[in-house]
Amino acid sequence: MPEPLLQVKDLTVTFPNSRGGVRAVRGVDYTVDEGEFLGIVGESGSGKSVSSLAVMGLLPSSAKIDGDITFRGDSLLGMSDRQLSRLRGREMAMIFQDPLSALTPVYTVGQQIQEALTLHDKNLQKRTAEKRAVELLKIVGIPAPERRVKAFPHEFSGGMRQRAMIAIAIANDPTLIIADEPTTALDVTIQAQILEVLQKAKEVTGAAVVLITHDLGVVAGNVDRVAVMYAGKLVEKGPVDEVFHTPRMPYTMGLLRSVPNMLTAGKERLVPLEGRPPNLAELPPGCPFADRCPAVQDRCRTTEPELLAELGDGREVACHRADEIAAGTLKPNDIFPRPPHEERELKESDTLNPVVRAQDLVRHFPLYKGSVFRRVVGSVKAVDGVDFEVLPGETLGLVGESGSGKSTTALEIMELVTPQRGSLEVAGKDVGTLSKAQRLQMRQDVQIVFQDPMAAVDPRMPVGDIIAEPLTVHKVPRAERTRRVLEMLDLVGLAPEMTDRYPHEFSGGQRQRIGIARSLITNPKVLVLDEPVSALDVSVQAGVMNLLEDLRDRLGLSYLFVAHDLAIIREIADKIAVMYLGRIVEYGPVKEVYETPRHPYTRALMSAVPVPDPAIERERQRILLTGDLPSPTEDIPGCNFASRCPLFRMLDEDRQARCLGEDPAAVPHGGSTVACHHVDQIGQLDDVDISALSPTGD
Amino acid sequence: MSMNAQQPADHSADLSQDLEPTASLIAATTDRDSAEGPSSHRPISRGRLVWRRLKTKPNFYIGGVMVALIVAFALFGDFFNIYAQGQQDTFNFNSPPSGQHFFGTDAIGVDLYASMTSALRKSLLIGFLAAPTATLIAAIMGSLAGYLGGPFEMFTNWLINLLLVLPVFYVLMIVSPAIADPSNLPAALQWLGFLPAWGLLVLAIGFFSWMIMAQIVKNQTKSLKEREYVKAARFMGVSTPTILRRHIIPNVASLLIIDGALGVAMAILAETSLSFFGLGIQAPDVSLGTLLQDGTGAAVTRPWLFVIPASFLIALLTGVALVGDALRDAIDPTSEVNRA
Amino acid sequence: MIKYILRRFVNYLILTVVATVFAYIAASLFFFPRRRYLGVNPPIPEDSIDGILSAYGVNDKDPVLLRTWWWIERVLFEPLSQKLGQDLNGDWVVLEIISRAGLSLRLLLLGALLAAILGVALGVWGAVRQYKASDQFVSYSSFILISTPTFVGGVILMIVATNVNDLIGFQAIRFTGPSTPGIDGFFPQVWDGFVHLLLPTIALMLFGAASYSRYQRSLMLDVLGSDFIRTARAKGATRNHALVKHGVRVALIPMSTYFAYSFGTLVAGSAFLEIIFSWEGMGKYGIVAVQTSDVNALAGNVCFTAVLLLFSSTLSEVLYAALDPRVRV
Repeated sequence: MPEPLLQVKDLTVTFPNSRGGVRAVRGVDYTVDEGEFLGIVGESGSGKSVSSLAVMGLLPSSAKIDGDITFRGDSLLGMSDRQLSRLRGREMAMIFQDPLSALTPVYTVGQQIQEALTLHDKNLQKRTAEKRAVELLKIVGIPAPERRVKAFPHEFSGGMRQRAMIAIAIANDPTLIIADEPTTALDVTIQAQILEVLQKAKEVTGAAVVLITHDLGVVAGNVDRVAVMYAGKLVEKGPVDEVFHTPRMPYTMGLLRSVPNMLTAGKERLVPLEGRPPNLAELPPGCPFADRCPAVQDRCRTTEPELLAELGDGREVACHRADEIAAGTLKPNDIFPRPPHEERELKESDTLNPVVRAQDLVRHFPLYKGSVFRRVVGSVKAVDGVDFEVLPGETLGLVGESGSGKSTTALEIMELVTPQRGSLEVAGKDVGTLSKAQRLQMRQDVQIVFQDPMAAVDPRMPVGDIIAEPLTVHKVPRAERTRRVLEMLDLVGLAPEMTDRYPHEFSGGQRQRIGIARSLITNPKVLVLDEPVSALDVSVQAGVMNLLEDLRDRLGLSYLFVAHDLAIIREIADKIAVMYLGRIVEYGPVKEVYETPRHPYTRALMSAVPVPDPAIERERQRILLTGDLPSPTEDIPGCNFASRCPLFRMLDEDRQARCLGEDPAAVPHGGSTVACHHVDQIGQLDDVDISALSPTGD
Repeated sequence: MSMNAQQPADHSADLSQDLEPTASLIAATTDRDSAEGPSSHRPISRGRLVWRRLKTKPNFYIGGVMVALIVAFALFGDFFNIYAQGQQDTFNFNSPPSGQHFFGTDAIGVDLYASMTSALRKSLLIGFLAAPTATLIAAIMGSLAGYLGGPFEMFTNWLINLLLVLPVFYVLMIVSPAIADPSNLPAALQWLGFLPAWGLLVLAIGFFSWMIMAQIVKNQTKSLKEREYVKAARFMGVSTPTILRRHIIPNVASLLIIDGALGVAMAILAETSLSFFGLGIQAPDVSLGTLLQDGTGAAVTRPWLFVIPASFLIALLTGVALVGDALRDAIDPTSEVNRA
Repeated sequence: MIKYILRRFVNYLILTVVATVFAYIAASLFFFPRRRYLGVNPPIPEDSIDGILSAYGVNDKDPVLLRTWWWIERVLFEPLSQKLGQDLNGDWVVLEIISRAGLSLRLLLLGALLAAILGVALGVWGAVRQYKASDQFVSYSSFILISTPTFVGGVILMIVATNVNDLIGFQAIRFTGPSTPGIDGFFPQVWDGFVHLLLPTIALMLFGAASYSRYQRSLMLDVLGSDFIRTARAKGATRNHALVKHGVRVALIPMSTYFAYSFGTLVAGSAFLEIIFSWEGMGKYGIVAVQTSDVNALAGNVCFTAVLLLFSSTLSEVLYAALDPRVRV
């Protein structure tokens, strides 16, 4: 067997602090072979990024690193910064998560690519470097590279910046590329593009790629082997298909069962993985997962299992009960049984009055220029005429990418003021006609749950006060408030003694429960949920999702559920509205929209969502969108999706002219409403393989 | 070109927060660390956390001890001295520091030690009153401008920008005749005439040195206003004054504390400069500024008359600056973690 | 880009005008020039005093706003040399400014420039060597220097220079006034001017450099942990190369704004130094104007300072735009 390209042996990383230190990585072993595609999966704080930064030698100097890292047989840990810098960028390259902060704002993209070249070849002519930079931009699919090479990072969109990062990474034909959450900050359609570019980069350079991510779907579709990391250690390692289909570590099982899958969502319930990862500063003895593991035994609490390849089938597991699991006597369904799924039955919609009804709702933001003499130079059309309604007990899912206006729509409802255009009715009353007192009264009926559990609660208030805050507005007596708070805590599954604790003592999932408790305390009719689970770790998401579903069914609530994640929407929503650039492009019952998507954007969005199943991922045909979201300040005469529309490019000229000249109105098709002129042509997308990587010019 | 668009909140909403940067990892663990100490399970307020961090900063001790010693000297120094402030010892003109006159005497035999305690008391009083005054104004103006926006914010911006072309010291110089002699107060301000000179100085300094801080408070308030818990409160129907009191002011308090501390040094410096040029405290009152002015002419021939007040001034200001710096480090946890 | 700078310039210009007018109004309210003529022996008849004050346009019997209006009128319509009126000595303020400005600018500009260079260099150096002995030394020195007002620092330098002169036995460092009277010849004069410039410039430079270095250091520390430094290192740059080529470049951007904000402090500081070192510059003119309740002289002084700050602010905008491509549109 040839020597592995990269070998990490017993890697330990400690960040010293006054109490001895935080052991972020605790003995990690893995190898990467030439040309291999390895995935490292873990939740936040699992040490996956720290371990890869250690490989690159990019950890802060305060970090204490032990163990051994060899690259082509040379030990990296003993090397000086100067020696390492000769390897970095030439032999091993890295792609970081946030492409905005990862590029120096004051140099052009071209200069930054050229620097990668000249750093390793001092004799390189400036002109040659420039030419090569253009070539590289072309390889990563940036349109008009000759021009874009002179652009500054802020003139690039997120997706283009990440392409530029990849161009830098492959500039010197490295043999190893480490991609650290390369798509986390990006929208799904852009994520699909970037993953495609990453694959292409791998082909072009023949490099081995280590993809670090928290997203099981991203791993499933791309890597050969996967390693699962938990609390600073690898807990399972093996070929991707086997790990996904027959996971052997309970943590892997829990993770796989808790993640929503767009293809199965709504048909079976998610399995919550309770608890939270241990504090790495004060690790108890034994298996770090023991506290969350339903299959825990006494020995799990005393000795920590090693990552072993006991069965010799190329798989390694760190679990005391791995043999039982491998033998099939301990099944995933025994450890994490799926809660029973109940079909939702909705009442006949004709007889009900909607609790929220928006008609032609508009929200434009003025665009200012200048600091002392501010003047309006245009407007951002965040919400540009949307119609929807939410019936009692029903959940409407509002889905779209960033900049689609979905959160603005949600906040616009919360304002309870006359919209800039159109009308908004809540509980049958037009909000424009409300008096001040009525509006205050109505605020009890409409409550909101925010995305970021860190930001949604005031860090300086005890939990009891946070939850009771809505009641203070309505002059509820203190005793009654306390009683209600305890009731709410019980409802969301938190202990009553939590009332006098402060938010920083809670995990993200618990904080989100606090936010939900606060929103329910006024007995609202409608809950606006603005990305309520997207900031949570996957394993925590499932618990919150199930809670939301149960609450809705028990309390008869209506939800307006805003999310970018199609799988989550399918899980919880009854109807779905797909938003693009301030408009709803497709609106209908979830089942219908997911089974027969009629708008090309809906199609593209659905095909871009990765599914945590390697076999399916390999088979799936992707419809890639070209380019980025146009600026919401632009005036687009025709269909605002035409510039990126995969269907548009297949149409004949007459049809195209219609797309460009006429703004499509929302028209009923089957059970849904679709804003597209050519719904009848959508079938074309099924047959043709669309390679959107080739730039279509600019 | 600065384009200030009020962007829809979508952007941040879609970024999954599931990141793993080392900085936040360390910061989070250290925070949790100190919060979940084995000693107690009681909630720990942020104030206590800051205090704990503050206790690890050497600058805090160095600066704190310097300031404490000087304050103690100003308050209790007279117990060890037989001369009163302004009292002349006609047998000892221009005597260097000795057992009788610890800090020496000047040309007319005035005991410098007695002058120093008196001057320090005055300068400290001005510093410790003017700084909170300025901070208070900054807090009110900044948070209102940030929260309300609109015309009030424009107005505040103008005031702050005006400062860019008109240094604070010039403003103080212009109003200084009133400090030297309250009868110079313009008619509309005559009712302030009952105040002693140092009181007017406190008002003047407090009134003209809040702008930069207000700018910072304003920006902080604007970002707090976009916080989800403030939005949530607004959507609940909580009134604006309550939101400011309950959510905004407590969250900018740490900034204000830092500013208050550093403002003390600024105020003392302003007082000293004015008095040095005869524009502030007037004889027979003494302050550090007047002592320095008297000592300057004698700096070469009778150095103690200059060096002693100068050293006290520098030590005092350095001490305050060190405490302020330590406070800043302690309050802002990102100010020192994770520097490569 | 040029349009942007121009707009900023106009913006500052308006501020300058507003500030000067405000200063005139405030000075008129707080100054009492009549006092100068009151307690004199033999007493001057009230009519004559009114006559003198009215001639200067500072008679407190006229309403303040009216006087302000007259002043504005003068500024707008009088010939250049008479625009700012006369000071209480009867000299035209504009001419006075012209004769004094050179002296003040020599000290101020040289001091500010050296302070900026030294401050930035020390700040970068301190941040790169964070918590090492040399950084600690620079840090504590900065704290002490920031806490030393220029008029104290100037005097301390004078004491040191006197001792040095005594030690070596002749006047090597001359520091009274801007030059020694009675020196002939071009080169001796230039050398003499240089020697006289030495102490005040050092005092101003150290004072300015101390605060610049603190600010630059903290900016550098912010930049040190940033992602793009990591990217540069991932490309194959050594730590120091990444810090200098990428870090310093980015950390300088906010520094250019700070220069503008702090220039006012330097102007005040150099005014103090002029008095300490007996220079007949603008700073001294201003302080004497306050001491003698000379409204016109002070308004002229404020106008001069405001124009100076106007240029420094515009310059820092230019610098900002040159450093940061994000504002260049």
